Amino acid sequence: MKLLRKTIAAAAALLATTAFADVNIGVTLSLTGPASGLGIPVGNQFKLWPQTIAGEKVNLIILDDASDPGKGVGNARRFVTDDKVDMIFGGSITTVSAAIAPVATEAKTTQISIAPVGVPPEQEHWVFRLPQGFTVMAFPIIEHMKKAGVKTVGFLGYTDAYGELWLKEFTAQGEKAGIKVVAVERFARSDTSVTPQALKLVSANPDAMLIVASGSGAAMPHKALIERGFKGKVYQTHAAATPDLVRIGGKDVEGAFVVSGPAVVAEQLPDSHPSKKVAVDFVTHYEKAYGPGSRNQFAGHAYDAKIMLEKILPVALAKAKPGTPEFRAALRDAVENMGRTIFSHGVMLWTPTDHWGYTNETGVMLKVVDGKFVVEK
Amino acid sequence: MDATIAGILALDGLTNGAIYALLALATVLVFTVTRVIFIPQGEFVAFGALTLALLQAGQVPGTVWFLLVLAAAVSLQDLVNGLRQRRPPARLLAQALRTLAWPVAVSLLALWAAPKGLPMLAQAALTVALVTPFGPLIYRLAYESLADASVLVLLIVSVGVHFALVGLGLYFFGAEGFRNPSFWDQRFSFGGMTLSGQALIIFFASLALIAGLWLFFDRSLAGKALRATAVNRLGARLMGISSSSAGRLSFTMAAFIGALSGLLIGPTTTVFYDSGFLIGLKGFVAAVFAGLASYPLALAGALGVGLLESFGSFWASAYKEVIVFGSILPVLLWRSLRDPHSEEH
Repeated sequence: MKLLRKTIAAAAALLATTAFADVNIGVTLSLTGPASGLGIPVGNQFKLWPQTIAGEKVNLIILDDASDPGKGVGNARRFVTDDKVDMIFGGSITTVSAAIAPVATEAKTTQISIAPVGVPPEQEHWVFRLPQGFTVMAFPIIEHMKKAGVKTVGFLGYTDAYGELWLKEFTAQGEKAGIKVVAVERFARSDTSVTPQALKLVSANPDAMLIVASGSGAAMPHKALIERGFKGKVYQTHAAATPDLVRIGGKDVEGAFVVSGPAVVAEQLPDSHPSKKVAVDFVTHYEKAYGPGSRNQFAGHAYDAKIMLEKILPVALAKAKPGTPEFRAALRDAVENMGRTIFSHGVMLWTPTDHWGYTNETGVMLKVVDGKFVVEK
Repeated sequence: MDATIAGILALDGLTNGAIYALLALATVLVFTVTRVIFIPQGEFVAFGALTLALLQAGQVPGTVWFLLVLAAAVSLQDLVNGLRQRRPPARLLAQALRTLAWPVAVSLLALWAAPKGLPMLAQAALTVALVTPFGPLIYRLAYESLADASVLVLLIVSVGVHFALVGLGLYFFGAEGFRNPSFWDQRFSFGGMTLSGQALIIFFASLALIAGLWLFFDRSLAGKALRATAVNRLGARLMGISSSSAGRLSFTMAAFIGALSGLLIGPTTTVFYDSGFLIGLKGFVAAVFAGLASYPLALAGALGVGLLESFGSFWASAYKEVIVFGSILPVLLWRSLRDPHSEEH
């Protein structure tokens, strides 16, 4: 009898360990809705993930939040209450990420955001970000301007948070480098004309212009500046580093300088760039699965998430078993103390005070030459 | 600011103002005839520009499928109504044929023509032919059965139609924007200013359309019927003017004007699936200047909005929309003080 009871107990314990041994990760992505263009590639990359990472079976529970913060919160609640996940990836857009941060904090679960997001200090503890922040992306622009002898800059940016954050970051970093923002003009993506803003900027006669806009929206202001006869250098931000800039801008965007993460220009990176090897690996595998030219920065974040797990899972597994609060806490500490890690998107160094993490080795300057992005050396 | 800058700004403002003027005229037309405040007017602009952009790229534009779905929905609605009223099958069939003939024919033409890379003017004509039937179809699907409801109910329906059209626009055209090539690349410079051929086309097309509308309302029987409906719906009906066919005609004209505005504005800016809303809203502001009643005042209002926008973006670009939409307040105040009238129910 005693033996039987012992056997049952042992079997139960065994069952429990196998059931809990898998690492569960909840992923909420915008696979439909207005931001699906950003979410779908991330989902595609997750499909290429192996079954096991660092010898541990990893279950990804991928849900669609339809680009809707409310739905994202619903997904996050399901992750922490029903699925008891060890970690949350997402959302793939800022608004969703911001909305689920409180849920992650409340459940003491690490949130790895696939979109740049700012959160209140009390939530910062559990939130880490995979995309590069504005500080890191402004750095190569400033360096390039310093080298080119640019002293004065005209700013033409979106009236939204993206434009505002860039303006703050660029003005602050520029001041230290002796570069002055002499004129600031704003526009909206849906504007029918930016001629008045372009006129005012050109009449201020700065050495260079910085355009802060995204995708196909970045081409119109650029064209307007050229039409108004601006002859200086024009810089664009990483949100504009898509083929849409050239598709719409045509010959007017020729010679533009665009800052970008290293992932999408993998083969062109100089051998000295730390991310070269990883980035090439990412694009070859992704384009093998989804066709030539399908590469994009969003899928790169999902690729980097795997690199991160490979590094942190063994550390956390040594401390606790998956499915327990201790494991969740151990995962968070492992992320924070991961140390310098080479991602396809740059060099990541999360620290207790910096959950954005990328170092200044990350950004790359591209130049539009004959309608193609070429790395500026 | 010197004279040259003022000149360039004025030119830019008037070019956009001419587009707003067309939309303001369409808004006034639809409101006076059907009492519908047609918020989705701007959507036709985006549809027109994007349809032409996709035809230029040699793809079949999403408008084709959208049109077919809409036409099928309207015929289904007709069929259900007809069966309820026990109409003879022959009449039902004839009605369905009348609804479907034009959309199906123009869709087939678009399917055939899309990969051919026809000259731009032919593609522009095809675009107008594709987008114009959206007007009467939307009217029959969303508004016709509610024709006698209050202005407020019709406004709420408009908001719903606007959201539906924007959502479907995203589905059919995708999230990225397009910019069409210019119809006329010529540039004329005088003094420090340059006038692009496209701006000239916008001015001439707007003038031609306004003159055409004036002739239509003044000289043709259909135009007079619309005017009669606008003045007094019941009276017009007693005189044998069908208010529902007047409604369909006004929506057809609104969609036509919208599609044409889309063709005109496509080469001057990047158009996204949701760009139409703000453009349409500025047309609406101009129409409100005119009390949603007077065409000449709407025209003046639209040019005013264009100028205000252009000078506003020069002086304070961050507050441009605030300046444009804020300008509606003093106008509303002035209007309500000048001719106070009780709430319509």
